[in-house]
Amino acid sequence: MSKFQFPPSISSRPVYGTLEPRPGKAHLMIADAEGAEALLDLAASDAALFANAHIIYIPKDTGETYVERLRALGPAQFYVGPSYAASVQRIRRVLSDAHMGLQVYLAGTEGLMGQAQNEAMQAGIPHGAIQTEHRGSVARRMQCVHCKGITEDVTTDPFVCSHCGLNLFVRDHYSRRLAAFQGVCIDAEDPGNVPEPVELYK
Amino acid sequence: MSAAPQKAKAGAEKIEVTVSAVVPLNPLVTRFEFTRRDGQPFPPFSAGAHTVVEMRDGARTRLNPYSLMSDPGDSSIYAISVRRDDQGRGGSLFLHNQVKVGDPMTITYPVNLFPLDLRGRKHVFLAGGIGITPFLAMIAHLERMGGAWELHYSCRSKELGTYVDELTYKHPNKVHVYFDDQDQAIGLEDLLDGQPLGTHVYVCGPKGMIDWVHATAAAHGWPDENVHSEEFLAPQPGKPFEVRLCKSDITIQVGEHESLLEAMERCGVDAPFLCRGGACGQCETDVVSSDGDFVHRDHWLDDDEHASGKKIMPCVSRFVGKSLVLDR
Ligand code: FES
Repeated sequence: MSKFQFPPSISSRPVYGTLEPRPGKAHLMIADAEGAEALLDLAASDAALFANAHIIYIPKDTGETYVERLRALGPAQFYVGPSYAASVQRIRRVLSDAHMGLQVYLAGTEGLMGQAQNEAMQAGIPHGAIQTEHRGSVARRMQCVHCKGITEDVTTDPFVCSHCGLNLFVRDHYSRRLAAFQGVCIDAEDPGNVPEPVELYK
Repeated sequence: MSAAPQKAKAGAEKIEVTVSAVVPLNPLVTRFEFTRRDGQPFPPFSAGAHTVVEMRDGARTRLNPYSLMSDPGDSSIYAISVRRDDQGRGGSLFLHNQVKVGDPMTITYPVNLFPLDLRGRKHVFLAGGIGITPFLAMIAHLERMGGAWELHYSCRSKELGTYVDELTYKHPNKVHVYFDDQDQAIGLEDLLDGQPLGTHVYVCGPKGMIDWVHATAAAHGWPDENVHSEEFLAPQPGKPFEVRLCKSDITIQVGEHESLLEAMERCGVDAPFLCRGGACGQCETDVVSSDGDFVHRDHWLDDDEHASGKKIMPCVSRFVGKSLVLDR
């Protein structure tokens, strides 16, 4: 799958790179869905990294597509979780036991990377030292600025807040703390006048 | 008609002080304490800050940066500890040989180029010799805050171990001292291993030590953001050279034993500076044209900027060649 190039935007919008092997004592890799491909590419450039790697993988709707290939990389620890929420306790535990020299690699959707990055930063890793690579869906994790509810995997603009039902416009304004983009009511002045939703980046 | 805005003078604001104590600590290092002449409290400073001390040595004015090593919580004094450098440019010798209790002196407001990163979970200090000074202020600060820290301090010998007794007495479990003459050395690799996430290391000492710490930490997977260092460079002597300053419209000579910045100041040019040691970036000056080679010595410009021949840091860098024209 080719990588999606996000168009240039405001500086609030996160930008992602390409995972590269870095020297370290231990390697924590967290990926969801097609993010597995970024880990497979990383293994192609340095397979030795995986002897000290802990992979936390959330397949989402890719099912078993990548699981065996990731296992075949021979990571020291390999965990496959049903969802990010189900995996976050494990991520926190790994970070709280970790020492300086840990490298963090995040790959997959923006929502996964943003939330995992937030955990890593809270554990004391500077933002600039956390590697990310976007793969797969361009769906976004959105926060409704009105009711503060989070709607995951938003793929259209505008969309309906899954908590309060307002019609929300998808902004590029991003919060690292919430790991979410901002959604703002699009028909506040003229209720009901809502443009036809279009798929993001189409 | 409104008055033209006043151009601020170069360097930080000044404070008039009196030398209130001169305390020899060992054959090489002496502490100088200052009180304010106007009786006001000193401005608060953050641990790691330095002050620039003005020394009037006959016709010559020296301005040397020294780390403040007194407790940042005490606004009644500022203190510096100075190692005598017999081969140096004379600033430390002037302080050691000429300065007495009661002397009036001028120092600058503190400037901090080596602050603690207070987001850190733990702070590991690595000191070489007189590089101990900023850590004394940092330790005082962290002790008050209840912050986690440890110090690894390498010195030449027991006799020259400045503040070793005081530190080991007050913090026996956090201070580790290594004496060169007993073949003791900081076990850096072991020490970096096993530090909790969010640890920051700070190194102050000779250049070789600083480079060693940066390289070893990077090889162990430490982010650059977690490794801090401070090295003040003293300007080095070099062949005299001539410089044209086009804004000031004068041509000046830089002598063998003065820096380009000092030569500009001697000729009445109010050139910007803060640290005078190649670290802060304040003195950065554009090169209009040059025919010759730059001797870049600062830590501010990156390699590409050094190679470009378009910029120079006059506090520490020099020039060898036919002609140099600066936008100053
Ligand atoms: S005065 Fe600080 S770099 Fe020159």
